[in-house]
Amino acid sequence: MIGLSHYLTVSAALFVLGVLGIFINRKNVIIILMSIELILLAVNINFVAFSAYLQQVHGQIFAMFVLTVAAGEAAIGLAILVIYFRNRGTIAVDGPDMMKG
Amino acid sequence: MTTAVFAFYLFATVLLTSAVMVIMSRNPVHSVLWLIVAFFNAGGLFILLGAEFLAMLLIIVYVGAVAVLFLFVVMMLDIDFAELRTGFARYLPLGLAVAGVIFAEIVLAVGAWTPGAGVAMNDRLAGPPEGMTNTQWIGSVLYTDYLFVFQAAGLVLLVAMIGAIVLTHRQRPGTKRQDIGQQVARTPAGAVHKAQPGSGQGVEL
Repeated sequence: MIGLSHYLTVSAALFVLGVLGIFINRKNVIIILMSIELILLAVNINFVAFSAYLQQVHGQIFAMFVLTVAAGEAAIGLAILVIYFRNRGTIAVDGPDMMKG
Repeated sequence: MTTAVFAFYLFATVLLTSAVMVIMSRNPVHSVLWLIVAFFNAGGLFILLGAEFLAMLLIIVYVGAVAVLFLFVVMMLDIDFAELRTGFARYLPLGLAVAGVIFAEIVLAVGAWTPGAGVAMNDRLAGPPEGMTNTQWIGSVLYTDYLFVFQAAGLVLLVAMIGAIVLTHRQRPGTKRQDIGQQVARTPAGAVHKAQPGSGQGVEL
């Protein structure tokens, strides 16, 4: 019998894989954005699993909002990536020091 | 082993495997394709949980829009991906350590968690109330209790769209554009003039 803990374990593993992806691909901003998508997907699985096991629909509603924000974040992130590439000719983000902040 | 149990393990295994391939693969195009596999399998898990509407939304929004956007950007920009992979092995031990710590913390925190007083946890999946489908259930709450949050979500998407357009739009110098005002304001007096050139002199324009 599949219980709530099974889904939570899958979601925790997916979350950790997303964090690991950010660490090991820290130059490639495209993979970093994909890792953030994986993290948000893990959060969504958590929301939907709790929603199903508590018989409350609010988890699914919130998962929808997370989906919205993830789509907006991907669009803005890729737009920033495109103008960054246009200005620098590379997408290596380990040393963006143009602004001397 | 029932079909549902088998399906759960199948979806979960493929989901985690494709997530590993997303972060490990050498070619970012392959990463995006593995990301699509991951989204499909997460959609499968959602269907097992009884959230059919969200499963379809996940496939439409993520696979149909976000993953294709990633694919466009990866393929359109001419990026030297081999250079970006330097330091991969150097960061791996640190990344694995941090990932292990976070995973242990999550397992400990969730293991110690119990539902609060008055919260009824079902020991099996509970669907929508009698006589309702999942989509009806979501709609009946989303358009009443969450109406303003729903509108705010639409505003977030609008701002994201405007932001993306403003960021990436550029005007190239030297391109010819139609200027309606200039066209309308043009009169014969300014556009035509008569000349009577002498033989072999030509016309000064």
